[in-house]
Amino acid sequence: MDWGQVLVDATKAGIGVSAAAYALAAVGLNIHFGYTGLLNFGHVGFMLVGAYGAATTLDAGGSLLLALLVGSAAAAALGLLLGVPTLRLRADYLAIVTIAAAEILRLLARTQTLEPITNGVLGIQGFARPFDDLNPFPRGSYGIGEVAFSSGKTWAIVVGWTLVALTSLLVLALSHSPWGRVLRAIREDEDAARSLGKNTVGYKLQSLVLGGVIGSLAGILLALDRSAVAPDTYLPVLTFFVYVVVISGGPGRVLGPIVGAVVFWFLYQGVDIALREAVRSDTITFIDSADIGAIQLSLVGLGLMLLMIYRPQGIFGSREEMLVGER
Amino acid sequence: MALLFVAGAAPAAGQEPSSATSTTAPPGAPKQAITGQIDTRDDEPIEGVRIIVRQDDERVGSGRTDKDGNFSVPVPTGGVYQVTLDRDSLPDGVDLRDPDRSTLERVVVRDGRDKRVLFPLGADEGGSRSTGARILNLAITGLKTGAIIALASLGLSLVFSIAGLVNFAHAELVTFGAVVAFMLHGWSGGPGLPLLVAAPVAVVAGGAFGLTQEVALWRPLRRRQTGRIALLVISIGLSLFVRHIILLFFGPSPRTYPDFAVQQAITAGPLSIVPKDLVILVVAIALLVVVGLFLQGTRIGTAMRAVADNRDLAESSGIDVQRVTLITWVAAGALAGLGGILFGVTEAVVWDMGFTLLLLMFAGVILGGLGTAYGAMVGGFVIGVTSEVSTFWLPVEFKLVVALGLLIAVLLVRPQGILGSPERIG
Repeated sequence: MDWGQVLVDATKAGIGVSAAAYALAAVGLNIHFGYTGLLNFGHVGFMLVGAYGAATTLDAGGSLLLALLVGSAAAAALGLLLGVPTLRLRADYLAIVTIAAAEILRLLARTQTLEPITNGVLGIQGFARPFDDLNPFPRGSYGIGEVAFSSGKTWAIVVGWTLVALTSLLVLALSHSPWGRVLRAIREDEDAARSLGKNTVGYKLQSLVLGGVIGSLAGILLALDRSAVAPDTYLPVLTFFVYVVVISGGPGRVLGPIVGAVVFWFLYQGVDIALREAVRSDTITFIDSADIGAIQLSLVGLGLMLLMIYRPQGIFGSREEMLVGER
Repeated sequence: MALLFVAGAAPAAGQEPSSATSTTAPPGAPKQAITGQIDTRDDEPIEGVRIIVRQDDERVGSGRTDKDGNFSVPVPTGGVYQVTLDRDSLPDGVDLRDPDRSTLERVVVRDGRDKRVLFPLGADEGGSRSTGARILNLAITGLKTGAIIALASLGLSLVFSIAGLVNFAHAELVTFGAVVAFMLHGWSGGPGLPLLVAAPVAVVAGGAFGLTQEVALWRPLRRRQTGRIALLVISIGLSLFVRHIILLFFGPSPRTYPDFAVQQAITAGPLSIVPKDLVILVVAIALLVVVGLFLQGTRIGTAMRAVADNRDLAESSGIDVQRVTLITWVAAGALAGLGGILFGVTEAVVWDMGFTLLLLMFAGVILGGLGTAYGAMVGGFVIGVTSEVSTFWLPVEFKLVVALGLLIAVLLVRPQGILGSPERIG
């Protein structure tokens, strides 16, 4: 069994585009869940509108900048649309509404009726030329030893982690600001915050929009990297993955999403490759490779459960903060 | 009505269209074509269907599907085209699912890249039924779907009322019942019992599964005073875990119960229904009535309602809350399992059927009033009927969207639902 290969592939996953995108999505969700205590279970919906907004713009011949603007604007609009009517609802109701809203978006993207815009089930492909054209890295392989990527991938990785760094710095600045303090107050006791005269619904709305726009950047990054968007990429299970990232890293902490994403993808891909290797080299014989996906996902579910039961504050979080209020 | 679809697989390169003509492109220019495949849901290709491509009302090219149902119409450059399927070239008994959409108005083709398009087909609606009859039939289908949702989601509402827990893993209670019934009944390696024998056994197994969840997981967590939000996230993790374990053992393909699989519809005037659907409707409604009577008439039922109303008061008046909670979980598991089996009879058994139904169940429960058993019943029926009848005006693909839209609308206008009480929401 080639453990070396397992380690190499796991490391590549830990620093790759998916990790960067999930870190970005987690930065956004961290604003919702970690800082404000909003139980947004439709985060994949923000990724979807960002990705589709950018893809349709590029497909129609728009520039990369315009695509970014359209994607972010779509996410902001979604945040407002979701937030205005639902933010007065209790946490578990908000969870259900947000899951429903994200599923509505995915189902609409699948319909034939909207095919002129979304191209239905097949989705849109081949629109990422403007992004690829900006790549400053000449053809070749970049990395250390076997942990290496093509120039196109390297470009996406650099862009992705830069976005993660920028948004994390933004969150760092905001969390130390009065705005951030109000968010935390809302998370811990919304009635108390309201009784002090804070317009809690307004703050929650801002949190929802900001986190949603950052989430949409994750969707745009993945869309540009794959040069494809398709409705069934944006399933509810993706939101659950981002929750695992946020919680394991530490909700309400700036480093949480970054470390959470790296560790998550390292383990997720590591388990996948290790199982495949084990099956291939006949170290494990009672499963075959078609079962590996199901095993991976059931482990994610189990991991989420164990996390919430035994260490809901993740790596960097504070247990006291997590236990206050309705948690 | 059988729905026939065009297969939308990855673009296949190197197909030979049987005959395609188009305006010629300058040599050396990038080549691109509009491609697709026309076949039935049983994957039978339809040959000789004509596809016409136009740009700004000027004819650019046309083609016919070959014996594999594939067509490929080359276009001279990238751009925006109108692609039309010539309905007259379709064989008898087959038509576009939406005859008004025989032309795709805005097909964007990029230089050097083929563009794949879809033309979904449906059965030819020969013989018109009156509007009233069609709506009535849809309503009956909706009642059947609604009854299944009501039955399956009753447990969801009951558990919420007793334990304050929104249990996402309830989806897997539904799937579990259906899967166990399949293992006992339709699985080649299993005992092959008749469905009428396998079903009660599976229902009991469902009840046992519910019991296990409570004893092994939720009760210890309650003792640790785990918060409601944490419990919700844990239930999502549990749902993910169980769902994929089921996938591991059941496999990804949908399966049907061999008993009652193929049936002829019976007609009574303008109404037509398949016998098994009628049985499902009757059984589900009967069971809902039984549950209602149980909750009203028996001591345990009253105790359950008391604990749901006010746990501490119930406990101080001598009700054994632990026992009531256990019974509620058994009932939730059993009813959910039965709902799953009924759904499996009328549609199919799939590893993630519970998760697919979960949103419908949430919609029904919230519409009716989360935490009340009668609310779950009423809500289930409303969701079922509304989403089915909506297909009279909207394309079928919007059925779930309608149900979810209704869920969101209810939460905006009257969050406590039809029968719920206002203090429960926020």
